[in-house]
Amino acid sequence: MSAWETVIGLEIHAQLATRSKIFSGSATAYGAPPNAQASLVDLGYPGVLPVLNAQAVRMAVKLGLAINARIATQSVFARKNYFYPDLPKGYQISQYEQPIVAAGALDIVLDDGEVKRIGITRAHLEEDAGKSLHEGLPGVTGIDLNRAGTPLVEIVSEPDLRSAKEAVAYMKKVHTLVRYLEICDGNMQEGSFRCDANVSVRRSGTSKLGTRAELKNLNSFRFVERAINYEVARQIEILESGRQVVQETRLYDPDRGETRSMRSKEEANDYRYFPDPDLLPVVLDEAFIEQVRATLPELPDQKAARFASQYGLSAYDAGVLTGSRELAAYYEDVVRELPQEPKLAANWVMGELAAALNKENLEVGCGRLPAARLAGLLRRICDQTISGKIAKEVFETMWSDGASADAVIDAQGLRQITDTAAIERVIDEVMARNPAQLAEYRAGKDKLFGFFVGQVMKATAGKANPAQLNELLRRKLA
Amino acid sequence: MSGWHTGTLTELAAGLRARKFSSVELVRAFLARIDANQATLNAFISVTREQALAEAAAADRALAAGGAGALTGVPIAHKDIFCTQGVRTTCGSRMLDNFVAPYDATVVAKLKGAGAVMLGKTNMDEFAMGSSSETSFYGPVRNPWNPQLVPGGSSGGSAAAVAARLIPGATATDTGGSIRQPAALCGITGIKPTYGRVSRYGMIAFASSLDQGGVLTASAADAALLLREMAGFDANDSTSVDTPVPDYVAALEEPLAGLKVGLLREFFDKGLDAHNEQRVREALKVYEQLGARLTEVSLPNLPLSVPVYYVVAPAECSSNLARFDGVRFGYRCENPRDLTDLYSRSRGEGFGTEVKRRIMTGTYVLSAGYYDAYYLKAQRVRQLINADFTRAFGSVDVLMGPTTPTPAFAIGAKTSDPITMYLNDIYTIGANLAGLPAVSIPCGFVQGLPVGLQIVGPHFSEARVLSAAHAFQRVTDWHTRVPPGYA
Repeated sequence: MSAWETVIGLEIHAQLATRSKIFSGSATAYGAPPNAQASLVDLGYPGVLPVLNAQAVRMAVKLGLAINARIATQSVFARKNYFYPDLPKGYQISQYEQPIVAAGALDIVLDDGEVKRIGITRAHLEEDAGKSLHEGLPGVTGIDLNRAGTPLVEIVSEPDLRSAKEAVAYMKKVHTLVRYLEICDGNMQEGSFRCDANVSVRRSGTSKLGTRAELKNLNSFRFVERAINYEVARQIEILESGRQVVQETRLYDPDRGETRSMRSKEEANDYRYFPDPDLLPVVLDEAFIEQVRATLPELPDQKAARFASQYGLSAYDAGVLTGSRELAAYYEDVVRELPQEPKLAANWVMGELAAALNKENLEVGCGRLPAARLAGLLRRICDQTISGKIAKEVFETMWSDGASADAVIDAQGLRQITDTAAIERVIDEVMARNPAQLAEYRAGKDKLFGFFVGQVMKATAGKANPAQLNELLRRKLA
Repeated sequence: MSGWHTGTLTELAAGLRARKFSSVELVRAFLARIDANQATLNAFISVTREQALAEAAAADRALAAGGAGALTGVPIAHKDIFCTQGVRTTCGSRMLDNFVAPYDATVVAKLKGAGAVMLGKTNMDEFAMGSSSETSFYGPVRNPWNPQLVPGGSSGGSAAAVAARLIPGATATDTGGSIRQPAALCGITGIKPTYGRVSRYGMIAFASSLDQGGVLTASAADAALLLREMAGFDANDSTSVDTPVPDYVAALEEPLAGLKVGLLREFFDKGLDAHNEQRVREALKVYEQLGARLTEVSLPNLPLSVPVYYVVAPAECSSNLARFDGVRFGYRCENPRDLTDLYSRSRGEGFGTEVKRRIMTGTYVLSAGYYDAYYLKAQRVRQLINADFTRAFGSVDVLMGPTTPTPAFAIGAKTSDPITMYLNDIYTIGANLAGLPAVSIPCGFVQGLPVGLQIVGPHFSEARVLSAAHAFQRVTDWHTRVPPGYA
């Protein structure tokens, strides 16, 4: 057991998939030219006022219900005051003392298969800031306010995570969940899903939390793991040399794989939070909350449990297949065509299909190989038209041509030979062509059996039914 | 032709509809008065001559075609705190000296929609922070009753312009008394509606939970007409209230007999000038004669209004004014060295002393370690004051008392002592803290200077307070008095 225990809490920022911003009617689409999606409200013009996007509220409630949290019947937007060029009003509108979601939890599965419950302190709504631009602007800083006012839900965990791996597992779990709920596209490259990690270490067996550092700018699962591991090592080294960890905000530099100090606690802003007088408290009644609850889809954990019991899958396979709503739906579409073969379907979806998608960086919903097509291929394995080995070749052709399994099988003449007489004819020819080997086999050289199998397969271009061939060959050679 | 300027807004609107005169004639006449008195009163920051004449000509065409609205062709002015598309909106500050709004405030759009013709933007205390209209970057406004005196503030430009009959009516805003106090000091009628009655969209924010747009006019009838056209729910303002706007004009003749009037004991305190008190008491007698029943009521927490206000308003202002940073609009300092220099010099050079004082105060009361002691405590006291009003309106229909402790004071008399200046709003702030509608009407003179009577009603009782004001104006003529030289 290590002498040090790591304690981690994550603050995940998920961009809500609303069409317009949280307090203005501007579009939230990614990638528009700078400031093309910044209205007077987003620019913080004199006299303008925020109006809350009801869709963002609905999405936050959806999240809260999915993590079994308490939905606040009254939540309040506050102003977080600080000066920065990408913050047009000089304050960010966020929820502070009265968040919309409080006291939820999510389960993660550890490496040893144990299930661990991670507490979620709160989730609150807020607006994103804009961006400063430096590239191609020598001597000045450009400001792009397209992102300013984009709705975010910040999901704050309890300090329940004990390793970088757990942190990643939790973050992935949240990532899966928000996409299930269709409240966030989860796109980490575009910054739609990112996190800050509060990391501290303490002596194993003690309960008092160590001094923490807040790691910023973690926008991939890999960075989260690396940044935390680097930070834990850094803090342990400091403590072991008898020095003190300083409470500070640290930035993760993915190029160097290290964290470095941004600002210390003393330099931290006094945000002067106070309730935003331009916005009324968000008051939700039970009827509204129940109405949102009725829109909840089957959640990942529920779905995985159902897959395991309904389709007889291992917990691991059920977990993989329910990793996204699209993948789970695809799998179930395949199984619907082949109700007797849920395991075969699982193997193919997680095996050949996943590999092919992965290779070309495609999503399962891309439509490249519809579930019915894959089912058509698997059906030909089941009815012994082709062998599993041939099926992999057929799959490749289907993947590149988009043809159906039967079309490929017919066009390439891959139909398996199951006619006993036909197989016997080939066996006879092979035996006639190889009298020496036949004599050796009959003299007791058993391992030449494989030679005869290979010769028959070669002669039939691999199409002879393997089981039948074995049986017939054994009889003939005897 | 002359003499139009002494007509009330109601009369001018009727005259236009009856085609007794044209909007162009009217606008020309008022523009001439504005020009003639600008040097003396400094009531305007911008005069929109060409635009006004073009709009007047269009109004005349609409009147001829029979497609006229309630205010078609009527000249008005907007306090320079309301954003006007294509016309400079300065808020009385160097910070916005170069600011041309790309949109109309809802109030501006509504009045435009009703046919009103804007003649210009009126002078005001910088960012509406002040009670004397002396803090404007464009110089102090002067009181038409005596140019050595202040007109009150912050809507002093609108008040002086209406009092001097440079315009028949003007918009204004009231955060702690900025409509009612200048109305009292200039001898005109002003109404601050219920918080949420008039949209704040496009009204440059000072203290968002207190700011409310309203009007300054010669009479309660004029105020009813103007307010009816500019009030109403606005989806762009989350704090505006979605409740129908009554026809304030139609409600003016509501009988007064039996009206239960509460006299605010806390308003008749030792700070109230004896002569002022006398005028107010005389006005209350008139109400008694009209059939009102007067009783004394007490709002024990009301004396805490000023300290509460001077925590809440600066706190909100410190945050609201953060957007003036020299980055996207407004004043920007020359050759900033770096970001901090850009911020500190743009703001340091762009804002005046009073605005800075309030930003500093507000920043302080919201700071870690002080928030609970100041801001939170002030909000709690505000709740107590609200409760006092609610209790009072359980037994009376309206509350009456003085609008201000004294008549107009001399320019420069209080600028060096912010506290005495702040105390000028002692009787008006309560209605802002509680979000209540309140009017000030002229009720007599002290040494040639007008005195105001304040009428405060429950939420959304604009029709009631206006009809009560109108009843008084039917039997008195204080509201028809025009400062010497402006008749």
